[in-house]
Order: sequence, then C-alpha cells, then structure tokens
Amino acid sequence: MSQVTYIRYELVRTFRNRRFFFFSVGFPLVLFFLIAGPNKNEADFQRSGLSAPLYYMVGLAAFGTMNAMLSSGARIAGERAVGWNRQLRITPLSTRTYFRAKVLTAYLMASVTLVVLYLSGISLGVSLSAHEWVKMTFLLLVGLIPFAAMGILFGHLLTVDSIGPAMGGATALLAFLGGVWFPITGGIMGKIAQALPSYWLVQASHVSLGGQGWSTTGWIVVAAWSAGAALLAARAYRRDTKRV
Amino acid sequence: MSGIELTGLTKSYGAVRAVRGIDISVAAGETVALLGPNGAGKSTTIDMMLGLLDPDGGEVSVFGKTPSAAVDAGSVGAMLQTGALIRDLTVRELVTMMASLYPNPLGIDDVLTLTGLTEVAAQRTNKLSGGQTQRVRFAVALVSNAELLVLDEPTVAMDVEGRHAFWTAMREFASRGKTVVFATHYLEEADAYADRVVLMAFGKIVADGPPNEIKAMVGTRTIRATVDAELEALSALAGVSHAERHGELVILNCTDSDAAIRALLASFPAARDIEISGAGLEEAFLQLTGGDDEEAA
Repeated sequence: MSQVTYIRYELVRTFRNRRFFFFSVGFPLVLFFLIAGPNKNEADFQRSGLSAPLYYMVGLAAFGTMNAMLSSGARIAGERAVGWNRQLRITPLSTRTYFRAKVLTAYLMASVTLVVLYLSGISLGVSLSAHEWVKMTFLLLVGLIPFAAMGILFGHLLTVDSIGPAMGGATALLAFLGGVWFPITGGIMGKIAQALPSYWLVQASHVSLGGQGWSTTGWIVVAAWSAGAALLAARAYRRDTKRV
Repeated sequence: MSGIELTGLTKSYGAVRAVRGIDISVAAGETVALLGPNGAGKSTTIDMMLGLLDPDGGEVSVFGKTPSAAVDAGSVGAMLQTGALIRDLTVRELVTMMASLYPNPLGIDDVLTLTGLTEVAAQRTNKLSGGQTQRVRFAVALVSNAELLVLDEPTVAMDVEGRHAFWTAMREFASRGKTVVFATHYLEEADAYADRVVLMAFGKIVADGPPNEIKAMVGTRTIRATVDAELEALSALAGVSHAERHGELVILNCTDSDAAIRALLASFPAARDIEISGAGLEEAFLQLTGGDDEEAA
C-alpha cells in the first residue's frame, strides 16, 4: 500500500479544479488591491504601527488561506454526496492517510494564496527582513491548523447544499472579528476577537514590530481550537458511514 | 479458510425492521447471490457485511475477522449500489489511485481490459456515460484483487451488452478462487452466475439453495384460459402445480409452462382466451411468504 500515490492523486485532483481557487486566491487578491491600493502610503494604519499594505497583505492572506483550508470541507461534502466516502470506507485507506491527504492538499492551496499575496504586498511597498518573512509565514501556517480540522469537520457534518452558506457565513464572521478589514481592539469585541483563531492569523503581521508576534494567549487559543476541532473532526469522520 | 458468516443479524431503521434475523454462511471460493425484490433487506445486509452499518443484533465474520478488520487487511473489494465517481481525474488515474490502497492489487491495464475501459482510460471521470461510470466502479472493486468481492445490484444502470460483459468479467475474477457475494433482483442473473442463491423477502431468508431449486420455486409461469373442465383434471396436467377457477376463467400455476400448454390443448382443444405470463419476483415472493410482512411469532 502506497500512501504517496493516493495523496498525489488527491493533490492532482484538487489543483485541476480551478473554481476552488476563486475564494482562496482570486477574491482576496482583488480585494487587496482595491483596499490597500489607495492607502499604500499610509505608514501607521489605524495606529496599529503597521503600514496599510502590510496590514492588508496579512489580513487578506489570512482570509484567503482560511478559505483554502475550509474548502476541503466543500470537497468532502461533494464526495459524500456521490457516495465516495462510503467507497473509501471499504478500502484499507487509514483514517490517518485520509486526513493527511486532506490537510496537505489544503496547505498547498493555502501556500498558493500566501505566495500570491506576498508578491502583491511587495508590489505595494511591503518590506520585511528575511527573518520577519519566515517568522510571519511560520505563524500563519501554525494558525491555520484549526482551520484544517474545521474544514474536515464541516465536510463530514454538512451537506453539499448547506455547506456553501455555512462556510460563507462562518468565514465572513471570523474574518470580520479577526480584524481582516480593520483592527478590532478594546471592549467586549476585543475580548471575543482574541478568543478566535482568525484573530491570531491576522496578528502574524505583528512580527514586523519586533518581538514574538503572538502573545501566550495567542498560542493557547490556537492550540485549544486545534485540539478541539481535530477531536470533533475525527469523531465526525468515524461516524459518517451512512448513505447521504 | 473460513468464509463469511452472518449469524442472527437484525437491523431496524426506526419502526422499519429492514433485516429480521438472518443467517448466511458463504464458503471461501463460493459465488452466492442474494436475490429479492426491492426492500427485501439486501443492501442493509451487505452494508453490515462490509462494516458500513452496525447490526442491532447478531454477528458478522469475514474470513474469521470483523468486517472492518477484513477491510483494513485489504481482503474486501466492493461495488456499492449507489454512488458516482469523484471528478477531475481520468479513469486510469482513479483506478490507479484506488489500487494503491491495496496490498496486492491487479495490474491497471489488466483491469481496464477486463472491464472494457481501455478506450476511455484517458477520459475524465465526469465525462462518462452512466454505463461507463458503472464499469469504472466495477474496475475499482476488481483492482483490489481482494479475496471477497461484494457487488450490490451491480448491473442496474447497465444496458444489455454492458451486463453481458460485466458478468463475463465477474466470472473470470471468481474463477481465480475468489469469494463473490452479489445482490440482484433479477432471477436470471442469480440463476446464471451464482453457485448458490439466497432468497430474501421482508428482511428474512425465504430459501437458500442451488439456483435450479430456487428457480423452480420462484420462476413459475401462469396460464390463464377460459376452459370448461374439472379442476382435478387440470391440476393433473403435465407441468401444472396448482389450478384455480374464477367463474369461467381458470388459472394454472406451472412449473413448466411449455409442457402445460401442450397438455392443456391436447386434452381440452376448446380452451380459448389463453394468456401465459411469467410471475414477477414480487408476485412469486408474495406466494412464497403468503404476503406476510409481519414477523412470524
């Protein structure tokens, strides 16, 4: 049994279907130039200490990669609708390999988003040291773990019909509260925001201010969401053997 | 080597008792048909055999293991009743992808040839006809080279030619010493391709035996005619198992309708308005079970 062959075709399959890249690459890319373009000379966006292009580069990278990770849910729901999930259950495919293929695919899609948004950011004057780029990317990739698990979770809980609106609503809300469009600080909203994994994705841009980028709270929030979503996703997958 | 043992299986969906206590034993290397009308509990039984569904009661053993252990060991290949294919891969890529999951798969080219897919091997799975899709699903089951092949109403979406090719391929696979269990509601398929037929209705096993025995039970035909004759005389005709009268009309249930019609016309040349009809499976089951869908006390 070769995991490599299975995972390779899973990747080939995803990258052939270009419509999945609309929300993860096309849409954030257009929004980035629409929003950050006119403000590209603003050096201290909303007193965050970050330039507007840097803020929106990371904000929209967070938005796009979130969509990339969650899009695995839409693909899973589609596979379930045609009974493919049941077909896989009667093969020796292990849960581990199944998850590995889904997560790897989602991360590769997300890395396309990152590269495209980084290049766009640079074109509007974003300038970071090599060390800052690496650190920021590392934080973004870690911050996406909960979304990888949530994609699988939603894919096994929802149907093809319900997953579109559910994901659209969830990402819009998570993006807004996470501060993709403008920083959410102070008050009860600020407290809620800090408990969300999307907030910490956006916070990855803070590496340019020196320091670690994430506070201890950030690591705890991301770890908790990762563990919780992964646990629920594994359970949803195990239970999901019925005809849809 | 032990085969498949289903013991005292039961399964309900809410108030619907889909499977009501069945025992089936399939020897390794045997080809067994589960024959029954829609709603007989065939698919539910198969889902339990594959570990897709947990039985409410009873046990399933596949080669001495639980179904999921047998599946994990790569001992099971299956074609489920419903299902389409995932998109964005060619036929060859999809079969290769699935083959990679098994410890000892068949060659991709062999399987594509056996299932008649060589011509469309480079086509995307979302561009296939219904019959071609079924053949790809069969190829996915075959490529496993598993000891047990389970097919749930495999020929439903196929045309006549496709069916013939399908069963030829299945026979070829079974001849390698594989165990095959298939569900069908076509008596002809069970008769032609199985070593043994298990007849199911209303979630129970009605009969279990060699195909010719089962065929004799359910493959009856009926002759209807207007004829002036004693029922005893009609019942005694060659090929007639039972006769009944509704006014002028006489209904003869036949074990051999060819012999019966010759005998009828020889003895009663005046018989008229003659109709010969094959009893549908549903009708035959109703006769066998007395139309009783309540559990026997």
